[in-house]
Amino acid sequence: MPTARTGPSFLWLLAGGVPVVVVLAVLPPFIGVYQTQQLTYGLAFAIAALGFNLLLGYTGLLSFGHSAYFGAGAYAVAFIIQRLHVHSLELCILGAMLGAMLVSALFGYACVRHTRIFFGILTLALSQVLYSLALKFFWVTGGTDGLRASWNGLTLLGGLIDFKGSGAYRRFVVSYYYYVLGLFVVAVLIMWVIVHSPFGKALQAIRDNETRAGFVGIRVRRYRWIAFIISGLFTGLAGALWVPLNGLTTPEVLYWPFSGEIVFMTVLGGFRTFFGPIIGAVTFNYLKVYAVASSQYWQLVLGTVLVVLVMLLPAGIVGTLGQLANKLRPKQLQQG
Amino acid sequence: MAILQTIELKRYFGDTRAVDNVNLSVNEGEFVSLVGPNGAGKTSLINVITAHLKAGSGKILFQGRDITDLSVTERVRLGIARSFQLVNVFDDLSAFDNVALAIFSREGKTAHLSALAHRDHAVIAEADDILSQFGLAAKRDDNARDLSQGERKLLDVALAYALKPKLLFLDEPTSGVSTRNKAAIMDTIASVVRGRGITAVIVEHDMDVVFKYSDRIVVMAQGTVMAQGTPDEIRSNEQVAMALLGTSGPAAFDQHSLPQSGPQKG
Amino acid sequence: MEILIVQILNSIFQAASLFLLAAGLSLIYGVMRIVNLAHGNFYAFGAYVSAWTVGAAVALAASRGINLGVAGQLVLLPLGALAVAALGAIVEPTLLRPLYRRPEEYILLITFGLLMVLEDVIRLVFGGTPLTAGSIMDAMGSIPIGGLLYPAYNLVVVGVGVVAAIGLWLFVYRTRFGVILRATSQDRRMAAALGLNVGRVYIQAFAIGCFLAGLGGAVVVPAQAAVLGMGVDALVQAFVVIVIGGLGSLEGALVGALIVSAVRTAGVQFFAEIELAVLYLIAVAVLLWRPTGLFGRA
Repeated sequence: MPTARTGPSFLWLLAGGVPVVVVLAVLPPFIGVYQTQQLTYGLAFAIAALGFNLLLGYTGLLSFGHSAYFGAGAYAVAFIIQRLHVHSLELCILGAMLGAMLVSALFGYACVRHTRIFFGILTLALSQVLYSLALKFFWVTGGTDGLRASWNGLTLLGGLIDFKGSGAYRRFVVSYYYYVLGLFVVAVLIMWVIVHSPFGKALQAIRDNETRAGFVGIRVRRYRWIAFIISGLFTGLAGALWVPLNGLTTPEVLYWPFSGEIVFMTVLGGFRTFFGPIIGAVTFNYLKVYAVASSQYWQLVLGTVLVVLVMLLPAGIVGTLGQLANKLRPKQLQQG
Repeated sequence: MAILQTIELKRYFGDTRAVDNVNLSVNEGEFVSLVGPNGAGKTSLINVITAHLKAGSGKILFQGRDITDLSVTERVRLGIARSFQLVNVFDDLSAFDNVALAIFSREGKTAHLSALAHRDHAVIAEADDILSQFGLAAKRDDNARDLSQGERKLLDVALAYALKPKLLFLDEPTSGVSTRNKAAIMDTIASVVRGRGITAVIVEHDMDVVFKYSDRIVVMAQGTVMAQGTPDEIRSNEQVAMALLGTSGPAAFDQHSLPQSGPQKG
Repeated sequence: MEILIVQILNSIFQAASLFLLAAGLSLIYGVMRIVNLAHGNFYAFGAYVSAWTVGAAVALAASRGINLGVAGQLVLLPLGALAVAALGAIVEPTLLRPLYRRPEEYILLITFGLLMVLEDVIRLVFGGTPLTAGSIMDAMGSIPIGGLLYPAYNLVVVGVGVVAAIGLWLFVYRTRFGVILRATSQDRRMAAALGLNVGRVYIQAFAIGCFLAGLGGAVVVPAQAAVLGMGVDALVQAFVVIVIGGLGSLEGALVGALIVSAVRTAGVQFFAEIELAVLYLIAVAVLLWRPTGLFGRA
C-alpha cells in the first residue's frame, strides 16, 4: 500500500490558514474603522479573484468580462433592497447568487465554445451588452446614477443583528467585517476542495491539453461551462458583499475596465498558485486606495506601480515568493 | 469475433486520399500491427476510428454497434482508447495525477466536486500500481514535462491503459526513443496489454518489433490496405517486400525496418 | 432622400476613423499576437495632441496677425499620429519586449497598466476640458447636398479613410516590408531563422499600429471634441470591429468598421435605447457563427 505524498494535506491548509484567520479576526480594534473597511473591501475582491482564477489558473481561460457577474451580484442586491424592500442580507445574497448564476450560465454557454483570445473577447463583448443595458434601462438600474443600497436598513444572520440607534455605523463596519471574513473563509475552503477534487484535476487537465482530456473521456465543453458558472457564482457573491459596503452600485462595476482590475488582482498575486489571487486582491485594493488618496492622478500612480510590479515579479507576488523560497532552501535538501 | 470493423471508410484531404476505402476487421484479443511507409494513412485511419478526425464516408462498427457519428468522449466511454505519436499528456500535472485522472474519468468520478482527489485510496492504489507496471513509480510526483522522452511515451500509453479499454490504439509508442530503450518499452507495453487481454492495434516502423509481437500485420499504402496476414505470411509476401523495397531501398529492408523520415529517425 | 445621403455620409465618416483605429489594433495583433488594451488610449492621445497643436498654432498665428488658412491647419493635424507612433516606438522595446518570454497574460496586463497611465497623462497634460480643432471645420465650411448643408471636412475624412485603406493594402501586399511583416506574423521563429531582424519588425509594426490609432484620433477632432474616457470607449468599438471582420485582417477591419458605423447610425435613428447592446450582440453572434470573423483565417 503506497503511503507517499499524494497531494497537499488538509492539515497543512489548517496549519497555515488558522493563524492568518486568527490575526484577521483580532485586527479590527487595533486598526480602526477606516482600515477595517478597507480590509473588508479587500476580502470581498479576494472572493471575486478566487472565482476568476478557477477559470484562468485552473481551466486556462482568460475572461475579460467578469465585471458582468460581479455587477449582476451587486445590482441584484441593490435591487432587492431598494425595490423589494427586503432587509435580510442573506436573502439578498441568495438573490444575487441566483442572478449571477443565471447570467454566467447563459454567457458561459456561449463563451466556452471558444478558447484563448476568442474566449476573452466574447466574454468582454457579452459583459458590455450588460453594461449598455444597465445604462439604458434606467428605470430598473438607475442609469448612470446607479442604485443605492443603504446599510442601515440591513439585518444580518436572519435578523439577529440590525443597525439602529447610536454608533450604528461603527457597529455596522465591524460586524460586516466579520460577516465578510466568515464568508471569505467558507469561500476559500469550498474553492480549495473544488480545485483538489477529481473535477478540479479534470479542469487542470483541460487547461494543459484539451485534446487529450477528451481522449481520457472528459467532456471538455461541459466541464468548462460548469467551471464558468462556479467562477461566476464566486464573483457574484463578491459583488453582493461589496454593495452594502459601498452604499450604492453604479454601471462602473459592469464596465470592462473593472474586469481588467479583476484580471490584474489575480495575475499580480500569481495565477498559478491557489493563494495568489487572494494576496493580489487585497494588495490591489490597498494600492488603489492609496493611489486615489495620494493624488488626483491616481490612475497614473497605480498604472505605473502595476507596470513596475509586473516587470519585477515574473510569477506574481505569491509565485515569486515561492521561487525565492526554493532558491534560499539549503542545497542538500534540493538535491535530496 | 470482430470487435472492430470499418466498412468502406474514407477520409480525403483535398486530393490526398489519406484513408481510401478501408475495410479493416480486428478480432477480440488480437495484437495487430499497422505498417506502411510514411503517408500511408496509418495515423489518419486511427484518427478517424477514434473520432479525432471526422470520417468522410463509410461506417465504423464497434462490437457490432455503429459508432461513426459518436464523439471522442462517447467512443472513449464505450472502451476505445489511444496513445499518440507525438506525446500528448498533461504537462503541468504529475505523472501520478495524469494516470489518476484517467482512472477518475473511467469511473465517472471527474464530476465529483466535493471529494478530495488525494483521499480516494482505491484510485491512488490503482494509479500507483499502473505507474509501477510501466516502470514509472520513481517518477510519480514529477511533472510530466520533466520526464525523459521515453518516460513520457510510457506515460502516454499508461494514460490510455488506465482507461481499461477494450480496444487500444498505440501510435508509434517507441518513436523518438533511442534504439537501446525501444525493446524495454515494447516489452513493458506488450506484457501489460497481453496480460489484460486487451485488443491492441499498434502503428510501428521497427519491423523487428512488429514481427516479434504481432498476431497479425496489416500493411497500408496510399490510404488503402494492400496486404494483411500473420507475421510469417507477411514476411514471405513478395508483393509487400517489393512495395517496401520500392520506397525504401534494400538496406532498410535488410534491417527489418520500414522507411521513416524526419526527426523520428532513431 | 437628402437625409438618407447625409446619414450614409455620416456613417462612412465614422467608419473612416474607426477603420484606422481597428486596422492598427489588428495589425499589431496580426504581427505580434498582442492584444493592446492601451490602443484606445493611443487613439485618444493622438486626438488630444492634434487638437491642442492646431488650437495653439491658430492662436499663436492670430496673435501675430497671420491667418493659417485651411491648408496650414490640415498639415498640422497628423502631428498627433506622429506623436503616438513615437510613443509606440518607445513603449514596445522598453515595456513589451522584456515580457515576450512570459505567459501572454502579462503583456495584456502591461498594456492595461499603460491604459491607466495614459488616461491620466492626458488629463495631466491637456486638462479635463474637451479640446477640439473646430477651427478647421469652420474654415472649410459646408457644401450643399440637395437642400441640406453638409460639412466639407467630413468628406476630407472620408477621403483620408479611402486613401489609408488603399495605401495600407498596397503597403502590406505590394511592398518588401509588407512581405516581411506577413512572414513574421506567420512564423516568428522561421522569420528569425531566415535572417530577418524580428526585433526591428516588431518595433516598426507596433509603431505603425500606433500611428494608425493616432491618425484615427487626429481626424475626428475637427468634428468632435477630444474628451476624457474616449479611448476606453473607442477600444471596445474597435474590438467589435475586428471581431466582426476577423482578428489580424485588414479587409476585415474595413468591412467591420463599415458595418459597425452603419449599425450605429441606424441605431441612433431607430433603436437609440439599445444601440450599443445591439452592436455587442452582433459581435457575439458573429463570434458564435464564425469564430474567426468574416475575413479571419485562424
